[in-house]
Amino acid sequence: MAPSYENLPLEDEEFDESQIDFTDLEEQYQVRLDEGLDAFVVIDGLPVVPEDNRAKLIKFILRKLNSVGRVKDDGVFMPLNEETGQTEGFAFVEYSAPAEAIHAVKQLNGTPLDRKHTMVVNKLTDIDRYGREGRVDEEYHEPQIEPFQQKEHLRSWLGDPEGRDQLVMYRGDKVGVFWNNKEDPPEQVVDRDNWTESFVQWSPQGTYLTSMHAQGVQLWGGKAWSRQKRFSHPGVNLVDFSPNEKYITTWSHRPLQVDETHPVPSLSLEEDGKNYIIWDIATGKPLRSFATLDVPTSTDAEGNPVKKKMQWPTFKWSSDDKYVARMTQGQSIAVYELPRMNLLDKSSIKIEGIMDFEWAPATPRRDGVKTYEQLFCYWTPELGSNPAKVGLMSVPSKEVVRTRNLFNVSDAKLHWQSEAAYVCVKVDRHSKSKKSLATNLEIFRVREKGVPVEVVDSIKDTVINFAWEPKGNRFVLITTGEIPAGAAVPPKTAVSFFAPERTKGGAVGNFRHIRTVDKKNSNAIYWSPKGRFVVVATLQSQQSFELDFWDLSFEKPKEEKEDKDVNANLQLMATAEHYGVTDIEWDPTGRYVTTVASAFRHHMENGYHIYDFKGTLLREEHIDRFKQLLWRPRPPTLLSKEEQAEIRKNLRNYSKLFDEQDLAKKNTANRQVVEARRRLLEEWQAWRESQIEMLKALGAEIELNGGRVLKEEDGAVEEVEEIVEEIIEETEEVIG
Amino acid sequence: MRPILLSGHERALTQVKYNSDGDIIFSVSKDHVVCAWFSHNGERLGTYHGHQGALWTVDVDPTSTLLATGGADNTMRLWEVKTGKLLKTWDFATSIKRVEFSPDGRQLLGVTEKRSGHLSTIVVYEINPDPETEQTNEQSLRIVCDESKATVAGFSYLAKWIIAGHEDGTISQFDAKTGELLYSTQAHEPDMQITDLQWAPDRTYFITASKDKTAKILATESLEVLKTFTADTPLNSAAITPVKDYVILGGGQAAMDVTTTSARQGKFEARFYHKVFMEEIGRVRGHFGPLNYVAVHPQGAGYCSGGEDGYVRVHHFDKPYFDFMYEVEREQANL
Repeated sequence: MAPSYENLPLEDEEFDESQIDFTDLEEQYQVRLDEGLDAFVVIDGLPVVPEDNRAKLIKFILRKLNSVGRVKDDGVFMPLNEETGQTEGFAFVEYSAPAEAIHAVKQLNGTPLDRKHTMVVNKLTDIDRYGREGRVDEEYHEPQIEPFQQKEHLRSWLGDPEGRDQLVMYRGDKVGVFWNNKEDPPEQVVDRDNWTESFVQWSPQGTYLTSMHAQGVQLWGGKAWSRQKRFSHPGVNLVDFSPNEKYITTWSHRPLQVDETHPVPSLSLEEDGKNYIIWDIATGKPLRSFATLDVPTSTDAEGNPVKKKMQWPTFKWSSDDKYVARMTQGQSIAVYELPRMNLLDKSSIKIEGIMDFEWAPATPRRDGVKTYEQLFCYWTPELGSNPAKVGLMSVPSKEVVRTRNLFNVSDAKLHWQSEAAYVCVKVDRHSKSKKSLATNLEIFRVREKGVPVEVVDSIKDTVINFAWEPKGNRFVLITTGEIPAGAAVPPKTAVSFFAPERTKGGAVGNFRHIRTVDKKNSNAIYWSPKGRFVVVATLQSQQSFELDFWDLSFEKPKEEKEDKDVNANLQLMATAEHYGVTDIEWDPTGRYVTTVASAFRHHMENGYHIYDFKGTLLREEHIDRFKQLLWRPRPPTLLSKEEQAEIRKNLRNYSKLFDEQDLAKKNTANRQVVEARRRLLEEWQAWRESQIEMLKALGAEIELNGGRVLKEEDGAVEEVEEIVEEIIEETEEVIG
Repeated sequence: MRPILLSGHERALTQVKYNSDGDIIFSVSKDHVVCAWFSHNGERLGTYHGHQGALWTVDVDPTSTLLATGGADNTMRLWEVKTGKLLKTWDFATSIKRVEFSPDGRQLLGVTEKRSGHLSTIVVYEINPDPETEQTNEQSLRIVCDESKATVAGFSYLAKWIIAGHEDGTISQFDAKTGELLYSTQAHEPDMQITDLQWAPDRTYFITASKDKTAKILATESLEVLKTFTADTPLNSAAITPVKDYVILGGGQAAMDVTTTSARQGKFEARFYHKVFMEEIGRVRGHFGPLNYVAVHPQGAGYCSGGEDGYVRVHHFDKPYFDFMYEVEREQANL
């Protein structure tokens, strides 16, 4: 019998509360009472002086003590040793508030007084807590070193025999990692409820999956999807990884609160009041923390304050994780060296007026430069009579490699090509009257001698989007005309393709316009990570959801004459539509494209589509409250250039093998489906037969007759004659 | 399959029913009027006037002589089909959400709403099939649903049990003689209302539709879930087709949740699923509001749907509908 209220034993006679040993619980949940001594600090390390000099010494240290708070009147008690008549070298100090005492400990502990004496400041309560006899073990115990435990292989997913890619899907409250199975349902690897609280993110090489929590950030990985690291940062909003997954930056809009009443694991008082923490992923320890810089509030033309968008990532990493830099807008860039996180040359780089900067996404290989360097590109607007400037700076030398002066600049955007061979500065220029806008492209050829700059100024309209071909030298841009004020419909856009001219000797020639497709709505460009293919799409639109799949190196049939001048052959392969699309992503191998209608932005037909690179729809699925689909990135290949070339040469043989595999898989899958259906049908028919037998046994005539009640007259056949007359034509004639 | 549009109602349809011969369709709507239509051409046969409030439900007896209706005016009424004469009015404290005749037409059940202190009940009356006689005022059975209100109910084969669907997603089985609760099962998601319950022709199994976006086929005797059909929108109705092994589901976002951007967003489509394989076969568009009820021709010749948009759409199935077969079905048919 289940226990209910009635038969609960009223009193357990053999039970004696006093016999339970509560000491462990008491210890665990011991409450630290406010002892009223929180405003006291103990100062040690003071000089030992005779009584006569005591007042002088007190006056001296008071000067220091009052710098962080207000010491109560007569708040310093410096006891005398009765035997020697000298001070003991320590003093008790009472501040007017406990917060000041905490502050004093933070600020003054370790302050040198003179050459011999250094002040040691501790809270009185701490002395009581740790200093009392027995509280701290007198004997040294060697710390226990945990035995080494073999960790899971963090890159095991790369060993998939079919070379499939993984993706993470966040839908509803569930986060799951799946294998991509093309048109078949993705195969689940792991699926967990409430794995994250706001979103998930892969690390740049796919080793870790990041989950966000109110308490901080967690990294997951390995075959079992176990927790790899945990970074406690209460109220964290965003994270950013360094390119090689060595470091992670966490940011919260709320300054951290770390003190004795709010302890946070692995954070110290150092981190109090900070917004950013840069962590070492391997150790899980914070390297350095920073507070958000106050952006000087600027005003627009009418004098209203302009709300500045936060730049993310604020701390930008050089491609090799060696440097991380943050810009103070309009003033300087602070470059920090890893792993010590010290300011490079102990000072930030002053660049007056700086608006934006970007690191080269790969280690640059400049012509004639042998030494190690990283480059970043920055721009400054027109200041007084000085022109606007775009510059390239080399680190660690801090040498400006190249600058270029520009006029009438209203805005600029910096676009690096993925191998750092080019950087394109998209300059929005206004006419003298400041009425119309046009865009120039200033392309810095980083690898060529002296970094020549090529200007593309044939564009009449404003460029709203620009993207380099990864590992290539072509680019796509989208322009739009003037936006009429108050127009409900966004203006039509035009998509333009550019490629370098073909030159003798294989050098990259000048960039030339290939083709413009106008009267489009497109606003987003997604290049395949391997180059050549590009998806031009319309996102965030109410009316249009087009996806255009372009091939820039289309292989024409031989008889057609090829355009010899330009290194491109453009072809629109397919156009697709995904209602309500919000995000588009290529898989890391450039084989598939996923489009997502995410519940983060709207709640209509949430779900995803998978296309192949040609734009054929492979799979679509609607999932309620579908939020994210992210491909797991792959680390750079380990194969040498020669090995890759070898594979490319034998591609035909390989593809034959894969085709066979695909076919075999499909056949077995079909067979399985047919088998399953056959089984279902047989089961159903067997069940139906048993039910009909039962009805027959019960004599249920009406039911067996499909619900029709047989009436007496049903036996007699009633004949109904129906005559249908169709009037084809009617004419009236007056006879007379 | 060009549908016939029946546009005789001024407000949202709540239920549509074929008679057992399939030649007449009865429809009720929130505009207080019951309509009868010829199913083959959509001509209106007549209307039944008298209700003072929105109508929720209609049923016709197996011989097409008597018609029962129930609505928000807290009455359940019995009409003569042929003449439109009001034969009987039963008054209740709350509105009537569902009426249904027993397979032999000699019993009528009604489901009453739970409101203002009145619990939801399932009441049963003995019916005299002769329209000339006086009907009884005496309830032969009264089941009080005190746990969760009943939304739909019906008689099993031989009127052995009463099966009811509840607001909390449960299905329960009552003894139709004693009213004793025999068994109850959480067939649908908890707290997701059962919106419809329709029988297979021989009443050994039935289909339920729910706001949890699924429809399920349950065995009458064991209440075991045999099949589950998953849609992407809350369902208002589900029907089983005779002849072919299909089910038809109807639903759509509730009117208050519908966005104004695009009609396709509402998912106002009738969805066809294969009954055995539980796979979606096709959809029929047309309504521009949620489908409140779908009913299938008893001989499987067509179906009709009543929508929130105030229209009844009557469809007659074409040859391809009957020809369509899965590979394994064809195998069996050729044996």
